Amino acid sequence: MRLDYPSNIKIIRVPCTGKVDVMHLLRAIQKGADGVYAVGCLEGACHYNEGNLRARERVNHVRRLLEEIGIEGDRVRMYNLSSGEGPTFAAYAREMAENIKMLGPNPLKKH
Amino acid sequence: MIVAKRKPFDEIKDFLKDYKKVLTAGCGTCVAVCLAGGEKEVSVLNAELDMARRLDNKPIELGAITIERQCDREYLEALDSMVEGYDAVLSLACGAGIQFLAERYPEKPVFPGVDTTFIGVNQDVGWYEERCRSCSSCVLGMTAGICPVTMCAKGLYNGPCGGTNKGSCEISKDQPCAWYMIYERLSKQNRLDNILKITPVQDWQNQKPRTVIQPGYKTSENSAEK
Ligand code: SF4
Ligand code: SF4
Repeated sequence: MRLDYPSNIKIIRVPCTGKVDVMHLLRAIQKGADGVYAVGCLEGACHYNEGNLRARERVNHVRRLLEEIGIEGDRVRMYNLSSGEGPTFAAYAREMAENIKMLGPNPLKKH
Repeated sequence: MIVAKRKPFDEIKDFLKDYKKVLTAGCGTCVAVCLAGGEKEVSVLNAELDMARRLDNKPIELGAITIERQCDREYLEALDSMVEGYDAVLSLACGAGIQFLAERYPEKPVFPGVDTTFIGVNQDVGWYEERCRSCSSCVLGMTAGICPVTMCAKGLYNGPCGGTNKGSCEISKDQPCAWYMIYERLSKQNRLDNILKITPVQDWQNQKPRTVIQPGYKTSENSAEK
């Protein structure tokens, strides 16, 4: 399956979104990424039962932390899909890229 | 363990507004276990502060260290050589740890990064409940292991009061009556006679900081203070 998704997205593979920590997401923004999103399995379908639910909580926490310091929380998002959904993966990538385009570059880049 | 909550970010940021080089000091014991002031929380807070100050065009240099316990001189010593190089210290230990640190470096401004909240238990990851208010005269032996000082809205040593209502406290239907729970548990253990025992009122008047010297640890120095 050949699918197009924005080439400026860098994929970091993790065994489960439950592995994604608050610090990983925060560090990405701190180091200048314009946005970062976690893509996990569908809720209720985590092989480790609640990895993706924990990830969702952490993503929400990071969104709040960013808002607190004056950076748009929406630069960090969580998406869910099942592993067989390549086209949905590409669609989410485009949606995230669009979202970031609207928000503009990471405000930290100017500093 | 002692349970604390991270202070609101704006409050912390405001403490540090006039400083350019700050050491964030975590504590690796109680506050690390309750996910408020350990190594990881130090990193998260420093990342937030770094970004916020860059956005304000007032960059800040942040150091990070987490020691085993800030309420213990033995471990605080590790900070001696570091603190020197910073304008201020932000401590994520409980109130006791923060004070001990501040006392050790009286020339340095020391700020709290957490609100120390209670002595409690871990119900689940990230979920804590208060269980003890360190009253200094524990009655758990008579109350079937349920603390009335903490669990009863009036902190009654002798209860229940007239407000007990079918298992609930008069302050709310959702608040269990501590003395009802005590009654139930004592009765299951066939120890109901305990509920009739009278505990003298606690003398909360003129409270000064309490000191404990464990048996076998008296020295001429520490007993002189009593
Ligand atoms: S300083 Fe406070 S949080 Fe740290 S170990 Fe001591 S009592 Fe626990
Ligand atoms: S009676 Fe309650 S507050 Fe007092 S020491 Fe016992 S558990 Fe703590």
